[in-house]
Amino acid sequence: MQVPAHFEYERATSVDHALALLAKWGSEARVVAGGHSLIPMMKLRLARPEALVDINDLGELAYVRLDGDVLAIGAMTRHADLLASPLVGEHYPIFHDAEKVIADPVVRNRGTVGGSLCQADPSEDLSAAFAAVDASVVVRGPGGTRTVPVREFHTGPYETVVGPGELLTEIAVPIRPGGGSAYEKVERRVGDWAVAAAGAAVWLDGDTIADAGIGLTAVGADHFHAPEAEEFLRGSPATEASLVEAGRIAAEHCEPVADQRGPVDYKRHLAGELTTRALRRAMARGRLNPGLGAER
Amino acid sequence: MQITVNVNGDEHTADVEPRLLLVHFLRDSLGLTGTHWGCDTSNCGVCVVWLDGTPVKSCTVLAVMADGRTVRTVEGLAAGAALDPVQEGFVRCHGLQCGFCTPGMMMTARWLLDRNPDPSEEEIREAISGQSCRCTGYENIVRAIQWAAREGVSTS
Repeated sequence: MQVPAHFEYERATSVDHALALLAKWGSEARVVAGGHSLIPMMKLRLARPEALVDINDLGELAYVRLDGDVLAIGAMTRHADLLASPLVGEHYPIFHDAEKVIADPVVRNRGTVGGSLCQADPSEDLSAAFAAVDASVVVRGPGGTRTVPVREFHTGPYETVVGPGELLTEIAVPIRPGGGSAYEKVERRVGDWAVAAAGAAVWLDGDTIADAGIGLTAVGADHFHAPEAEEFLRGSPATEASLVEAGRIAAEHCEPVADQRGPVDYKRHLAGELTTRALRRAMARGRLNPGLGAER
Repeated sequence: MQITVNVNGDEHTADVEPRLLLVHFLRDSLGLTGTHWGCDTSNCGVCVVWLDGTPVKSCTVLAVMADGRTVRTVEGLAAGAALDPVQEGFVRCHGLQCGFCTPGMMMTARWLLDRNPDPSEEEIREAISGQSCRCTGYENIVRAIQWAAREGVSTS
């Protein structure tokens, strides 16, 4: 039987209450949302917080909405709700691509978007998707609210800029017309963590790639991000050759490690191939619906 | 700490350790052993119950997280002596052999049919894709759920 070590349980009734509880317990507290990463880690004693602050009552953080030209996703949004959101599919189908391959439907009923980001597992899918679309996260703490680009959010495996006493409250994705986005993943079996995965967003200006965003999962890319390949694409012709070259550059700059999911050369191959595939699909979506880049 | 959980319509108050998992609260504290306890890692899905109306894997939910909420287990599927159509479907279509995965499968199936009364085979397979069956090859489970969709009128 797997049972966590002893801890104290606190249930927050509002964001302010959660912050007060986190201040009370300091660095020994962990926030629990869906708990589908944290509770397994506690069972294995890889995490031994003295206190859990449960934020499942914070309905105020469960939303997907348009705030002007920003797609705002509350931290307590469940994976299932992100997957079911027509607004998300309309503007950024990359998130529906990613959600379809995160765990399984019952786990997605419970796990949250904010929890996934804060867990910061190197194989977690949404981090690369958010990196690809250049999202920012909103973090609240005792000193107020700060906004951090996702591309600066992760400080290492299982580590983020969210400090003790702070709470991630929202992910803000800028809406930019004329683009398309997609996510491609290879997993050993349905619902597993990625062997490797890539997310891409592309904005076209006629036959030229005006801008591109690329995120990489599980291949040791800093901040789940592939800036060198993005830089190559900006101003490049919107051709298959450009996408293949971008994949090659992304593969060259990532640092996968060998594990039970595969050797380094295989993962590097996947990083390149999946980058090209994600770019291809993102570009096709952008061309089909230049206004929005909707799901296809 | 003291928690009160509404399970299958009945309020249960108990003093529990925060680290007690919901699956063990249901099985050991309340004696509701219809919910099975399997992999302990949120993979196999035998422990699926409804929490506030949504299927969750109860090996990865703390009992204290269910405080003040409602839980529905397989014991709450039938209305008295009348089996839920999903249960009837599992009987008629031989949807089980050893029965270990069955309670979780049926809880997810009921939820699916409540939201989507006429699911395609693909939708059924997707819905139960987080739950393992080592006996049936899933064929008869899918048939059982199709039977319930076709013939059944839910009592819930």
